[in-house]
Amino acid sequence: MTATTSPPPAPARTAVLSLRGISKRFGAVQALSGIDFDVNSHEVVALVGDNGAGKSTLVKAIAGVYTPDEGTMEFDGKPATVNSPAEAQRLGIATVFQDLALCDNLDVVANLFLGRELYNARSLDEVTMEKESWRLLRQLSARIPSVRIPVASLSGGQRQTVAIARSLLGDPKVVMLDEPTAALGVAQTAEVLNLVERLRENGHGVILISHNMSDVMAVADRVTVLRLGRNNGTFDVSQTNAQEIIAAITGATTNAVSERASRREQSEEQQ
Amino acid sequence: MSTTTPEPTRDASTPVDPTAASNLPSDLQDERLIAQSGVSGAVRVFFSRLRSGDLGALPVVIGLVIIWIVFQTLNPAFLSSRNLVNLTLQSAAIGTIAIGIVLVLLLGEIDLSVGSISGLAASIVGVTFVKSGWPLVVAILAGLAVGAIIGISYGVIFTRFGVPSFVITLAGLLGFLGLQLKVLGDTGSINVPFESALTKFAQQAFLPDVVAYVLALAVVAAYAASRIRANARRSEAGLSTTPVTAIAMRAGALAALLLVPAVVLNRDRGVSVMFVVFLALVVIMDFAIRRTRWGRSVMAVGGNVEAARRAGINVRRIYISVFALCSTFAALGGVFAMARLSSVGQSSGGGDTNLNAIAAAVIGGTSLFGGRGSAYSALLGILVIQSISNGLNLINLQSPELYMITGAVLLLAVTVDAVSRRSRAAHGRA
Repeated sequence: MTATTSPPPAPARTAVLSLRGISKRFGAVQALSGIDFDVNSHEVVALVGDNGAGKSTLVKAIAGVYTPDEGTMEFDGKPATVNSPAEAQRLGIATVFQDLALCDNLDVVANLFLGRELYNARSLDEVTMEKESWRLLRQLSARIPSVRIPVASLSGGQRQTVAIARSLLGDPKVVMLDEPTAALGVAQTAEVLNLVERLRENGHGVILISHNMSDVMAVADRVTVLRLGRNNGTFDVSQTNAQEIIAAITGATTNAVSERASRREQSEEQQ
Repeated sequence: MSTTTPEPTRDASTPVDPTAASNLPSDLQDERLIAQSGVSGAVRVFFSRLRSGDLGALPVVIGLVIIWIVFQTLNPAFLSSRNLVNLTLQSAAIGTIAIGIVLVLLLGEIDLSVGSISGLAASIVGVTFVKSGWPLVVAILAGLAVGAIIGISYGVIFTRFGVPSFVITLAGLLGFLGLQLKVLGDTGSINVPFESALTKFAQQAFLPDVVAYVLALAVVAAYAASRIRANARRSEAGLSTTPVTAIAMRAGALAALLLVPAVVLNRDRGVSVMFVVFLALVVIMDFAIRRTRWGRSVMAVGGNVEAARRAGINVRRIYISVFALCSTFAALGGVFAMARLSSVGQSSGGGDTNLNAIAAAVIGGTSLFGGRGSAYSALLGILVIQSISNGLNLINLQSPELYMITGAVLLLAVTVDAVSRRSRAAHGRA
């Protein structure tokens, strides 16, 4: 842990989600050990790490898919536990998983509102849901020809857009995006990054899991690096560069160059 | 990006997808949508859907027409009013069981024990009503409650222990057959008195002619009114609307679909009340599947259970409710069958009851793979099955031919389902 330099939160930012000492074992594999992780409102935190670093496990622990073996979680200043995805959702944690979790046999509207359908007097309020779907999709500048076609007929990028749009319903405090730009074209990637910034402006805390360093540097405020199931540093994006983060990801942080960089960073901070 | 795309100037009043209630200016803005207008456009859309494997109810409707033509040629009595009234009476019981099968198939599960459950429920109603002298309503409620409890147990075993529904219900098939024999006791069969309300309901209750017509017209009026109301709400919301002529044409088609059979049936005894109850159950379940949160959740679980779970749907409750409904419909179907035959015995619910109910749901177009289907497949499927059975009877062919032909039709239906599923995947339709 050579570069743990959590920046003081800006006045407008309040801690929404903080994890302390999260551990998770799968049989003989210690997938996570003693992870600390914080997200504030009005902030984009990138979660990066190599394959097998524990990113997905941490995401699933936050989303309620896995229950951590050890550790505590605070949401909005109060201790919280999430034992199911539904609980996480109720708490205000929305997740867009890498596999998107869409129902191919349902249309776009049904997928967007799955689990929180709107009702009028006695049946589903399809008109309002469809109108709201268009509003959400337009907000993302989404290019989806019709919201009344099954999701099976959409392209990968369109499906990603639907999944992200869905996470915004229900007004979550924290939005987790797992590799949101991995399947997207150039324009759509830019749109998603715009969207991430819009989420931040609206006061959401955003957790961005990504392998794409340029995306991370473009939108994140802080970067938390995981390596082999442990924290390997948290960086303030305005005071770091891609090389330093990559070094932390690959475990090259013990070499002379990165040690110098972190020493310099720490001394700058003390000034 | 679509927010900056200028409004296309094309006429946006034609449905792009004839089944979607919704075709609207704000949703027709994308320039890649292929505009299909007028009657020829609607026909083109229809054929492009067929080519891509989105067959809907078409195969079963064609099959039914072929079956009717064949039997009518072999025996002109087949399409007589008298025989068609018989057909409706024969269809109601197993059709009701098939509604439940449709529900479990929508989840991608199966219930093989509906025959045994129907026999058990009928036995319970028979014993309590005839032998113990319980009030009829209480006896029926007891039978339905037993069905519901069985279904809830299936759901709990399925969700708690992860035993495949195939095996759970196969065990139930045997177990509840044994229980049925126990309930019936030594006599082995119970006759329901002819003057009881139950028998009268199933054998002698027919809608008066006028009531049948009024009911049919009321349904058409309700359909048209709901479509017009939907149009008003859509245009208020800035969405496209269905042209009034299209609504009128559909309402006209629906009127013909309801009134012609009513006229034909009324030339004989009339429209059976039991069959109307079956139809009402189909309509209610169709509404529940398409227009309620529960139904949406059922479709989601059938399509992608993991996605449904992550969307916060209580998947376990959905499974349990569907198994419970399926068994309850099976119990109700058993009561209908008992009422029609005015007796219940050791063979009630045995024989081909089970497989006919399952075959009806599948032949009607509900996919075995989950997530696709409609309550109406119970109606269409049971009409096919009973038409075959009834028609073979008329030309003096009995069980051997019946079993072979029904088996072949079932295989054909499942093959169509599997092939069209692959085709849909290739054409990007769900």
